Amino acid sequence: MGSLDKLYLLKIALLAIFNALAVWSAIILFVQRNYPFLAVVVIGIIILNYVYLSAKRYAAKYIVPGTIFMVLLVVFPLFYTAYISFTNYGTGHILDKQQAINRIEAQYYRPEDPREFDFKAFKDEDMEDLKLLFIDQEDESLFLGIAGEIESVSRDDDRLIDSTGDGEIDEINGYQRLERGDIIQNVAVIEQMRFTYNDSQMRMRDLNSFALYRPSYEYDEERDVIVDLRTEEEYKPIEGRFTNEEGEYLSPGFRTFIGRENYQELITDPRVSRPFLRVFVWTFQWALLSVFTTFSLGLFMAILLNDKTLKLAKFYRVVLILPYAIPAFISVLIWRGMFNPTVGVINRILTSIGLSAVPWMHSTFWTRVALVLVNLWLGFPYMMLLALGALQSISGNLYEAATIDGASRWQQFRHITLPLVLVALGPLLIASFAFNFNNFNIIYLFNEGRPAIAGAQTPAGGTDILISYTYRLSFESGRGSDFGLAAAVTMVIFFITAVVTWFNFKFTGALEEVKENE
Amino acid sequence: MNKYTPTWMRVLKHVIIWIVIAFCLFPILWALSASFNPANTLVGQPLIPEEISLTNYETLFTSQQHPFTTWLFNSIKIALIASVSSVALTTLAAYPFSRFNFWGRRNGLFMILLVQVFPQMLAMVAIYLLFLNIQNVFPAIGINTHPAVIITYMGGAIGVNTWLMKGYMDTIPRSIEDAAYIDGASGFQIFYQIILPLSKPILGVIFVIQFIASYSEYVLARVLLNSTERLTLAVGLHLFVAEDYGGRWGVFSAAAILGAVPIIILFLLVQDHIVTGFLSGGGVKG
Repeated sequence: MGSLDKLYLLKIALLAIFNALAVWSAIILFVQRNYPFLAVVVIGIIILNYVYLSAKRYAAKYIVPGTIFMVLLVVFPLFYTAYISFTNYGTGHILDKQQAINRIEAQYYRPEDPREFDFKAFKDEDMEDLKLLFIDQEDESLFLGIAGEIESVSRDDDRLIDSTGDGEIDEINGYQRLERGDIIQNVAVIEQMRFTYNDSQMRMRDLNSFALYRPSYEYDEERDVIVDLRTEEEYKPIEGRFTNEEGEYLSPGFRTFIGRENYQELITDPRVSRPFLRVFVWTFQWALLSVFTTFSLGLFMAILLNDKTLKLAKFYRVVLILPYAIPAFISVLIWRGMFNPTVGVINRILTSIGLSAVPWMHSTFWTRVALVLVNLWLGFPYMMLLALGALQSISGNLYEAATIDGASRWQQFRHITLPLVLVALGPLLIASFAFNFNNFNIIYLFNEGRPAIAGAQTPAGGTDILISYTYRLSFESGRGSDFGLAAAVTMVIFFITAVVTWFNFKFTGALEEVKENE
Repeated sequence: MNKYTPTWMRVLKHVIIWIVIAFCLFPILWALSASFNPANTLVGQPLIPEEISLTNYETLFTSQQHPFTTWLFNSIKIALIASVSSVALTTLAAYPFSRFNFWGRRNGLFMILLVQVFPQMLAMVAIYLLFLNIQNVFPAIGINTHPAVIITYMGGAIGVNTWLMKGYMDTIPRSIEDAAYIDGASGFQIFYQIILPLSKPILGVIFVIQFIASYSEYVLARVLLNSTERLTLAVGLHLFVAEDYGGRWGVFSAAAILGAVPIIILFLLVQDHIVTGFLSGGGVKG
């Protein structure tokens, strides 16, 4: 049983490494006050240690690693998306409320009559730490700035040393005074230094002086408002922004729960809903067209190839499969070059045989035509392979009987081949519909969803499908990221996918398969 | 029925097949030709180049601004690690679903079936924000790192692959294990020395499917990565060529050919298995 002992040691070692990393991250999360994530990590530590140290829990020992990944990267993101769809998360609303308040409270203004100070900087031998000495420009009183705090000092304080005797301080506690040139070199550090002085903040004004600044805003926790300390104006949190009575708001805003507003916008705001509806309708047309065209050509080719007397059949099969073997992102980019309206091969061929050039990429209709053609190229080999499998399972007796009864080839196809193939491939056709419904790669890589829809407030293009639309809402919008609206569109896709899948499960009896595992 | 096929129909059949073959080869041949054409432009490109050279391929290996070889290497690295780990995780997870009777088994299966229905990329916003948060704790696996992409691909594939793997394991007869158990083999020994070797074919198929899917994935890599030298081939190539088709066509074509060849070879090697895998999985190409 020596090998088992080794396995046991390995298990303990892995568990120890995991625990060390997990505890470390828990500490960081605690320091950052990121309590939700902290809770997840702690629960994770407990479950993992319980499962692997327990003598039982055989099944869990195998399942837990995979489950962690699946929950973290598939299940959690699904629920998180649902949550985001009810928030205003996006550009201008990235921070949570406390972070936004901190940012707003960190805004300072210069009072009309500010106190100003000349300053001298002193650095330690290792050139790592800085101390500043301030001289009030009015009464020449001295202040020492160390570690963010201001301290009033007298000229004969024994920390201040004038070693050259010229009346200027040269050294503080072993820190040497910087010459002007050195100050310029360290300006980036000095610029970041802040000192608290009474209720004001002291910071660098120019290369020679510091000045007092006062905070512009204060958060009143009890009444949940931000007060402008200059004007006493109040800003209330409304829809993720601190807003005053005139409707002016402070930056940055914060992310907050806004109920079904994103969904409402999709349906009722015409600048959003009209392009959304176009995208929605085209997504269905696209998925249906994709399945129909690839299946038709695939079945047709399968019937041609499903002939034992056909010469070169094996060679044909390999060549016809080639488009399917090339990664889609590569072939779509190649097709994009060929369809280039000004210099592409396809328009060159069209003009050379006397036709006029087609505005691929610029006209919505023609871009859609090109997309369906490209997708036909990409997808028919898969359908051909499926159909070949289905055809081989159809008994030859059926055709013999039909021939004897005098059925024509078309009738045989219409009443024997097609229904049998459809029954065999039905679930896979539905799966193919669902796949093309979310076929981001071809739509986005071919023309980034363009051409643009005129007058759309959101980045919606004439060839965008729902999934590429959510991508552009999140990461490409001219008005910034709109994660909330994108998540709402994603929920629409979820819902449609769920309905399609439900039909598919009914069709295949996949649910019964689960039940059989009783 | 073929006995009655007249000659003109046989000829017509071949003609039609050759037309479709022309359609299939059309873009491939143009890209091949462009990759060997030193003109490096889409403008007026002839199908048969007047001059054949390897200039475009040389550019691929030497370009400082567009590190194609780094992109290719990144893609292969990410796909390799993601698919190997994914196979390991799914094999472990599928085994008890196939063999043990435990509390929550049916619900677990149901969850797997349900989860694998939704393509992971639908949640791209949530995944992006998740890694943005992770970055605050572990910068090494945050946004713009390869581990982030690898972890994402691993997680996304577990559902469907476990389902496939469990289906295969169900077909392995239990009598062998029973015999081993009587001979005193422990639980893990049975898994490691009996089930694992017998599952080799499906392990290979899942590995290849997963490798091709990870290699070809675009949107999640696009969302998670941003600095040029860390991009995958899919993202890098798109950004490279979409900027200037006219002036980069030749170099792009060379990169496309190089990037496609490993996958084509892999695909043709295991195509029969892949088709069966896809058939039972109901998935289409990733």
